[in-house]
Amino acid sequence: MNVAVAKTGKGRAVSDLFTSAEGRLPGSSGVTAVRREAFETYERLGLPHRRIEEWKYTDLRALVGEVLPLAAAPDAAALKRAAEAVKAHAISGARKLVLVDGAFVADLSDVKALAAEAGFRTLRETLDKDAGLLKTATVDAMIALNAAMATDGVVLSIADGAQLSAPIQIIHIATAASASAFSRSKVTIGKGARATIVETFVAAGAAAYQINDAVLVSVGDGADVAHIRLMDDAPDAVNVSSQFVTIGANVKYNFFNMTTGAAVSRLQGFITLAGEGSELSANGVNLLQKTEHGDTTLVVDHAVPNCVSREVFRAVIDDRAHSVFQGRIIVRPDAQKTDGKMMTRALLLSDEAEADNKPELEIFADDVSCGHGATAGALDDSLLFYLKARGLPEKQAQALLIQAFVGEAIEQIADDGLREHVIGIAERWLERRQ
Amino acid sequence: MALLEVKDLKVRVEEREILHGLTLTVNEGEIHAIMGPNGSGKSTLSHVIAGKPGYEVTDGQILFKGEDLLEMSPDERAAKGVFLAFQYPVEIPGVATMNFLRTALNAQRKARGEDEYSTPDFLKKVREVSKSLNIPQDMLKRGVNVGFSGGEKKRNEVLQMALFEPSLCILDEMDSGLDIDALRIAADGVNALRSPKRSMVVITHYQRLLNYIVPDVVHVMSKGRVVKSGGKELALELEASGYAQFEDAA
Ligand SMILES: Nc1ncnc2c1ncn2[C@@H]1O[C@H](COP(=O)(O)OP(=O)(O)OP(=O)(O)O)[C@@H](O)[C@H]1O
Ligand SMILES: [Mg+2]
Repeated sequence: MNVAVAKTGKGRAVSDLFTSAEGRLPGSSGVTAVRREAFETYERLGLPHRRIEEWKYTDLRALVGEVLPLAAAPDAAALKRAAEAVKAHAISGARKLVLVDGAFVADLSDVKALAAEAGFRTLRETLDKDAGLLKTATVDAMIALNAAMATDGVVLSIADGAQLSAPIQIIHIATAASASAFSRSKVTIGKGARATIVETFVAAGAAAYQINDAVLVSVGDGADVAHIRLMDDAPDAVNVSSQFVTIGANVKYNFFNMTTGAAVSRLQGFITLAGEGSELSANGVNLLQKTEHGDTTLVVDHAVPNCVSREVFRAVIDDRAHSVFQGRIIVRPDAQKTDGKMMTRALLLSDEAEADNKPELEIFADDVSCGHGATAGALDDSLLFYLKARGLPEKQAQALLIQAFVGEAIEQIADDGLREHVIGIAERWLERRQ
Repeated sequence: MALLEVKDLKVRVEEREILHGLTLTVNEGEIHAIMGPNGSGKSTLSHVIAGKPGYEVTDGQILFKGEDLLEMSPDERAAKGVFLAFQYPVEIPGVATMNFLRTALNAQRKARGEDEYSTPDFLKKVREVSKSLNIPQDMLKRGVNVGFSGGEKKRNEVLQMALFEPSLCILDEMDSGLDIDALRIAADGVNALRSPKRSMVVITHYQRLLNYIVPDVVHVMSKGRVVKSGGKELALELEASGYAQFEDAA
């Protein structure tokens, strides 16, 4: 990338970002046309800033400034570091699919074991057949940029009726410092299938990297899905993740996200309940310290009648960190008997910690039960004193109460091994406070 | 030898003086009872000894084993052997009792430079103690005090006392809210902990508790001071005549 050009102005630098990468982006001419169009959308909109309503609390122009150049394909040293990271962050028993700096690495993945249970291709292999992979109903600047720049991803399809015994874990590993990785994946879950999908974001020695990931999920009727996301990035990283989930009828969908790293992170989820009788449970946990900024934005769209959605968002905010939760529940005119609730609970561990909470209900049907609530506060002094009077030092007493607070969300993860894994990540976050 | 020496202690809460120069000495192995009307400052004294924030000590001192207790954080006091059984034990949802007991016990041992308990040793000890106090094992799986009855909460306090083996136990109205059987079980638990090395301060309104836990010394507190001290017969006297005679003295 031409650094001199990058400094002359953001407009020039931005198109340079694309032209310098274009040769490495997979897809033939049809795909290239879609990418170019997406990139034009991004150029027109620019990095989101506070005057864009959806990005009001997460001004990427102020927080991030610029998009870093595309990471080079990982070399042998990078892959070695990645292999170590896989060992450290793999869930025992899970089928792993590993992306290093946005490139799928078969050697680190369990492709063979997975083949017996699910269809698998990389994005790179699939794009020419399905350019629709780059298209989504909702488009914002970061989603458009993802479509333009996505280098790879996983395309998974779980057959009707398949009962997956082990979780599938998609592990994103950053090894390249001061570079961006763009990935896009698609997960199709068949009718009546049961599956646990985990996405993990971690670094292997990389600093100041940027992630822009997108996942398209479609869930067939009667499926039972646990979708767990663990954003455990390096402290100076940026991670913008977009999720598009379309849910069929009579589905149970348990969505869980925990953010325990990154200087700036944003998870934006667009979940559409498109079939009747489905239940969506979405739990978010932000554990933030130092000057970290973590944003969870969820749009739950009740497009049909008789669905239940429950969103509970918890944040533990230390130092001068800033947590954002934006939750919108849309109830379409036909979506009678919708039962949609969201709740935000913030635990502020310092006077300078900040929590922003924006719940929105857009209700166009008349026979519904919807609502939202919020609580925010410090740890309870009387509980802290009880623990201290029994010998626990201040930080350890706080840690027990924070664990209890976060534990209420983690408890909802049904798989024992996975739950223990998530508890471990939360505990490591707590240790970083000591 | 004096274990606890409270000397001319003056304490304020929110600009109001509650203890007006309180003096109390508890020797090793002794059991002291503190009685006194509502609002006389008994719980305040116990909180200040345990190190609860929100109290301003404006004068006087508290020595524990000769050391300045007021200089120590609450957890340091606990590790040194101060234990306060609360009048109103709090409920802590999401913190399993077993996990709490182990964490607290090991934190105290670590602070004293002792080895942490191994899991089997710890479990054995908890099982022994909880059995003697009639505490079912499944209660220990629940959150600390969550959904416990009044009596169960008090028994859980005695359980911790037995587990932590403190040298000073302050029992703030451990008899309140207990039925006669529960009182006897809790009192038996306390009596089992009597030892020449361990002192107790029993705060109560009722002589009945002192039938079970027989004190060496009885103090009467009124309006933030100890106004009279005597033997165990003083409690009987109070039961008969009430506190009116001390109101003027205070
Ligand atoms: N946090 C507080 N803020 C204001 N006043 C307080 C506070 N804590 C105690 N007090 C006051 O201090 C006085 C002594 O209270 P304390 O609880 O020590 O009495 P007590 O002797 O334990 O009474 P009881 O027998 O009812 O338990 C009371 O007048 C009470 O209202
Ligand atoms: Mg009291």
